[in-house]
Amino acid sequence: MSSETLEDRYQTVGSPLLEDPKMRIRSVDVSYANNQAIFDVNLDIGKNQVISMIGPSGCGKSTFLRCLNRMNDTIDICKVTGQILLDDEDIYSKNLDVVELRARVGMVFQKPNPFPKSIYENVAYGARIHGLTDNKVQLDELVEGSLIKCGLWKEVQDRLEEPATGLSGGQQQRLCIARAIAVNPEVILMDEPCSALDPIATATVEELISELSENFTIAIVTHSMQQAARVSQRTAYFHLGKLIEVNDTSQVFTNPEHALTEEYITGRIG
Amino acid sequence: MTDSQVNNVDRKAKLLKKRYAAESRFKWYGRISVGFGIACVLFLFTDIISKGVGAFTQTYINFEIEFDESVLGVDATSSPAEIKSASFGSFFKKQLRAAYPGAKSRKEKSQLYAIFSSDMPLILRNMVLADPTILGTRKSISMIADDDTDVYYKHGYGNDSNIGRLSDFQKIIVNEMISNGALEKRFNTLFFSNADSREPELAGIKGALVGSLLTLMVTLLLSFPIAVATAIYLEEFAPKNKFTDFIEVNINNLAAVPSVIFGLLGLAVFINFFGMPRSVPLIGGFVLTLMTLPTIIISSRAAIKSVPPSIRQAAMGMGASKVQTVIHHVLPLALPGMLTGTIIGMAQALGETAPLLMIGMVAFIVDVPGAVTDSATVLPVQIFLWSDSPERAFVEKTSAAIMVLLAFLILMNSLAVWLRKRLERRW
Repeated sequence: MSSETLEDRYQTVGSPLLEDPKMRIRSVDVSYANNQAIFDVNLDIGKNQVISMIGPSGCGKSTFLRCLNRMNDTIDICKVTGQILLDDEDIYSKNLDVVELRARVGMVFQKPNPFPKSIYENVAYGARIHGLTDNKVQLDELVEGSLIKCGLWKEVQDRLEEPATGLSGGQQQRLCIARAIAVNPEVILMDEPCSALDPIATATVEELISELSENFTIAIVTHSMQQAARVSQRTAYFHLGKLIEVNDTSQVFTNPEHALTEEYITGRIG
Repeated sequence: MTDSQVNNVDRKAKLLKKRYAAESRFKWYGRISVGFGIACVLFLFTDIISKGVGAFTQTYINFEIEFDESVLGVDATSSPAEIKSASFGSFFKKQLRAAYPGAKSRKEKSQLYAIFSSDMPLILRNMVLADPTILGTRKSISMIADDDTDVYYKHGYGNDSNIGRLSDFQKIIVNEMISNGALEKRFNTLFFSNADSREPELAGIKGALVGSLLTLMVTLLLSFPIAVATAIYLEEFAPKNKFTDFIEVNINNLAAVPSVIFGLLGLAVFINFFGMPRSVPLIGGFVLTLMTLPTIIISSRAAIKSVPPSIRQAAMGMGASKVQTVIHHVLPLALPGMLTGTIIGMAQALGETAPLLMIGMVAFIVDVPGAVTDSATVLPVQIFLWSDSPERAFVEKTSAAIMVLLAFLILMNSLAVWLRKRLERRW
């Protein structure tokens, strides 16, 4: 079955909807100028769960992820329609402040992108701009706590004032995660967080993701099916802008419902 | 190997040789160009320095003066007003006549006086004003020599060349002074402490230098904030549409407009329409601001563009607002580039002459300006003015002023390089 035969209003197979989810995505279409990138996606993201989004390059999974904290707003030609609810609140509604939204829905990017400031300042930045702490002591505690959660504290405690760009790639990415969790978001979006890392650093970050899922809801885009299988409870498969199948991770990888999903996980497309 | 493989090896070897030749040829083109550039700079510098170095020394004549109370008609108890009105001119001339009785005719006498700077009576008066107790004493004083004496002593004495404008009678007296050891060359502090003057030996660049600094200050204070704000708005906030494209084209156009046109604009708008005063650093600064704005805007925009988008995304992803993203992250990273552009723009403004001529900063001004609303001239205009003067001493001064201007330009450009290195090395 090839993609051409998929209809525009395609019905996702599997179980995209959940009881009492953290985020609800309903009939979302995204287009860049005249090119539609996402077609009618309906999906629920469960509380304190890791959901991974997989699919071949250009299938729209990153675009979709960036809708969830309105990062697409920064692209002039990008237009998002449909409804995305965070705890029953429409994140695209006019009276919702995007700054506040991004404090609740944090993001970690593909390439580690620490600020060219000190390690300390990187983690403290979010707390500073959102006014989360009252004094230096609280801020110090917050920075320490965030770095401990990311397993970075032991490695950097003696050089908090050194430039973050001097860290290794894996450390930088964990720093970016520490930076994201320092503002205590409800949801963390990760856009291929390990694609620029070596296997050992990848393993560390994956372990971290699993630990974080106890307290945070995580949506992760990944190119690696093994990674999706290791870290996530649910998996969503995208193909050419359409959400083909959503199921429990174990089911997607062992017993996919849709033929396209099967082709992808067995390596015939991708 | 098959025949075709052998054939291929031959062809490749041939091509490789050709490629190496092309590469070394290309290198040599570059070396020749660089060599040509260095030769031009060396020629310029040696020419200017060899011509101008003389202006940094000034000839002084040690001459003993008797502060005769009876001739001056004042004594140590006289009031400053009385001292001021005393006739130091005739007093000084009398002293000279007494020292050199060889001057008989009126012509010879006036030639004798002309060996010394025409400002000497004034300087003597100020000495007495500062310390009236020297009245009635004899004192050896270093007198400023006239520019003709100066030129003769520096270039004409001891050779047959007929340099300078000293008459034969003056030469006899000066030669006598030289053999007595009365003449000496000293570092020319007057050149740095005086403003312009009709007398070359008294003319200095302080007025022009201060005028330049005041003008540049106005330019910097106006152009840097305006240009940076423009650049940030256009790069980070403005929607990309036909109107902003139009603005961009116009800014790029402005950068290429000849500077004299900005001068005419300043004349028409600031002076004629708004009725602001002419020849003042304030208006000079306004005009140079118009001229440097496009340069700074373009380099600032380039600096902002070169900030990696990942930094912006990281900040936005943290929930920073657009303004926070720009101020906390984009601006610090773009600052070195902006400062470099600004300093280069300032260096351009420092060397600019044409627009300032249009707004009257070409006037002959003997006072050092004290404020941006005082009449002033600037270094390049001073160079222009002196280069127009016929006296040989002004030729020297012209080159010396060029040296000072070049020194400032080199200083500013090295500051730009240093700042960029310094700020970029931060991480």
